[in-house]
Amino acid sequence: MEKQWYTISVYSENNVGLLNRISGIFLKRHINIESLNVSKSEIDNVSKFTIVVVAPEESVRKIVGQIEKQVEVIKAYYHTDDETIYQESALFKISSDLLFDERQIQNIIKESNSQIVTVARDFFVLAKTGRRHEIDEMHDAFEPYGIMQFVRSGRIAVSKAAMPITSILAEFQNQ
Amino acid sequence: METLKAQKKDSEKDTVMRISGAEAIIHCLLAEGVDLIYGYPGGAIMPVYDELYKFQDKLTHILTRHEQGATHAAQGYARVSGKVGVAMATSGPGATNLVTGLADAQIDSTPMVCITGQVPRHLLGSDAFQETDIVGISTPVTKWNYQVTKASEIPEIMAKAFYIARSGRPGPVLIDITKNAQFDELDFTYEKCKGVRSYKPVPEPDLKAIEEAAELINNAKKPFIVFGQGVILGEAEEELKALVEKAGIPAAWTILGLSAMDTAHPLNVGMVGMHGNYGPNVLTNECDLLIAIGMRFDDRVTGSLDTYAKQAKVIHFEIDPAEINKNVKADVAVLGNARQTLDLLLPLVNKNEHAAWKAEFDKKYQIEYDTVIKNDITPTKDGLTMGEVIEQINISSEHKAVIVTDVGQHQMIACRYAKFKQSKSNITSGGLGTMGFALPAAIGAKMGAMNREVVAVIGDGGYQMTIQELGVIFQHKVPVKIVVLNNDHLGMVRQWQELFFESRYASTVMVNPDFVKIAEGYHIKSRRVSVRSELKDAVAEMIASKDSYFLEVKVEKEDNVFPMIPSGASVSDIRLK
Repeated sequence: MEKQWYTISVYSENNVGLLNRISGIFLKRHINIESLNVSKSEIDNVSKFTIVVVAPEESVRKIVGQIEKQVEVIKAYYHTDDETIYQESALFKISSDLLFDERQIQNIIKESNSQIVTVARDFFVLAKTGRRHEIDEMHDAFEPYGIMQFVRSGRIAVSKAAMPITSILAEFQNQ
Repeated sequence: METLKAQKKDSEKDTVMRISGAEAIIHCLLAEGVDLIYGYPGGAIMPVYDELYKFQDKLTHILTRHEQGATHAAQGYARVSGKVGVAMATSGPGATNLVTGLADAQIDSTPMVCITGQVPRHLLGSDAFQETDIVGISTPVTKWNYQVTKASEIPEIMAKAFYIARSGRPGPVLIDITKNAQFDELDFTYEKCKGVRSYKPVPEPDLKAIEEAAELINNAKKPFIVFGQGVILGEAEEELKALVEKAGIPAAWTILGLSAMDTAHPLNVGMVGMHGNYGPNVLTNECDLLIAIGMRFDDRVTGSLDTYAKQAKVIHFEIDPAEINKNVKADVAVLGNARQTLDLLLPLVNKNEHAAWKAEFDKKYQIEYDTVIKNDITPTKDGLTMGEVIEQINISSEHKAVIVTDVGQHQMIACRYAKFKQSKSNITSGGLGTMGFALPAAIGAKMGAMNREVVAVIGDGGYQMTIQELGVIFQHKVPVKIVVLNNDHLGMVRQWQELFFESRYASTVMVNPDFVKIAEGYHIKSRRVSVRSELKDAVAEMIASKDSYFLEVKVEKEDNVFPMIPSGASVSDIRLK
């Protein structure tokens, strides 16, 4: 089966050790995690994992089943890129000399739609938020001139369809 | 935590006691109905052992000779009684020695709570003496685990541990408790856990799916049931029998489903899987409807999935949603507890019989009997067979014994030939295949069913992996019967070497000690048999014994277990020789 990008969204309790338990499910099946983000969610005291993998749908479906089975997981979903609105962030640390020595640098900054976070005597830092390929393009544009440091965040995503966690929790309360 | 507190009803609150965390652990165990635990003391769990000393009139602690033995004993106890087994160990090596038992309980869905001591909170992460990250290590092999670092957490976490271990699809839970949490005091009250908001143990039955299942069953010409341990764990034995009889459907079992249905029932057609019976394996690929009940399509059951029951519609009765379409695609999935779903199904199923279809199983059985079974249980050659020993146990125990097996040839033979009238009578390590399981598991099984005969059947290899637990049998006078089927080989691996590695017997020949002398060293009555003429009498003497008894049977060294589905082959390519 064909591999594809999938975003897995996991709503869970915020407990020590759950990250280990969830990542172990991928480890057991020898599936690499492309990116991972853990944050609070729209619901108080409920955490949200956003996990990106490149895998066949069949194995993603089974992984989501195994994740959802964990006691501290409320619900897990998986979506294709088309089914989500997603973003990543990246920081570029660039030598300040380039601003003056390489005229092209200023054009790259303008075209990249990135923000200048700070400018120091020796370096400046650009922040870029966007889709993976947009960040890749900006990275490729700077690369010939030298990037002092680069870092990219995990993907964050919201689904176009509803993920009705509140009603699941309400159902439990009413039991 | 918040939700649990919200559920608290004032009427259920006990009077508050100011006690230590260690004493609280004992009160939690007592409140959960625990009267027997297995374990091994050590530095980081000593405060709890000190309390066990004070509470020994209410709570019996059995000192196993190795922590692995404690887990398997707890498993045997749980499997035979349906209650949660409890094992306790200290930090570090004590905790890591639990891992095999945890993994075994996880894959075989056995309810167990393991409690480990841990170094004090302020030393966590400092590589302190006997510190190990047991929560990290045990995560993949537990249903849930938790590290308690404050005494005040103990009641709620212990309640949650027992609830999670026993509810839904059962499994092992490990609670790691730092030493400071054992020493510190708390205001103790206890209430049982009734729910965890992120955890739904039993899915609601979907009536539409049950109607669809009934329609498929009513229209099937060659329906075939394969049942697993879900029937035993869900206490659905009566419902299964009612379905089989009403709809006239031949039913076979997985190794963990064995004993859920009387082996003498005319519609019980035997075992599926690698060393299962000929008919149920071959006819899996000829049925038009496969009804899987509380089983998970393990690879040892299905052989090659590409050729498994492709002609059949599949109905899957299952409590764990993650099992649906995991290995075999279900046309109809019926989620829920098997007892509940089968009960809803029964009125919708038409009374029927499938005599011609059942006759095909009988025909295949005759072929298997003539080529395999006859020679296994009534051999004419000189050497003793494992099959005839099992047959003698059947006869002497009148099909009433609990039979606990280890892993390998003797296990397959025992499960093929043991006869059972009663559920929860077959205790074996199915999913993990843990050698060394049987001896400690038999101790637990006997203590969980003191009124039943418990016979451990073990190979000479696996026996020596946990042989030290003879000390428990001796010290606590556990009247368990032990049969070692000794072929001086790691028989199953040797069989594979013969069949698939051109008889290169790499490290499968065992030079064994005098097992009878070892048993005598533990003051256990013992006997060795190497000729057929003594077998019947020896087995009868063992069964008649009121005390524990060790019987070594010297069996043929190079016998093979057949039928056999070679690894990765189709169920219909099962070999009879």
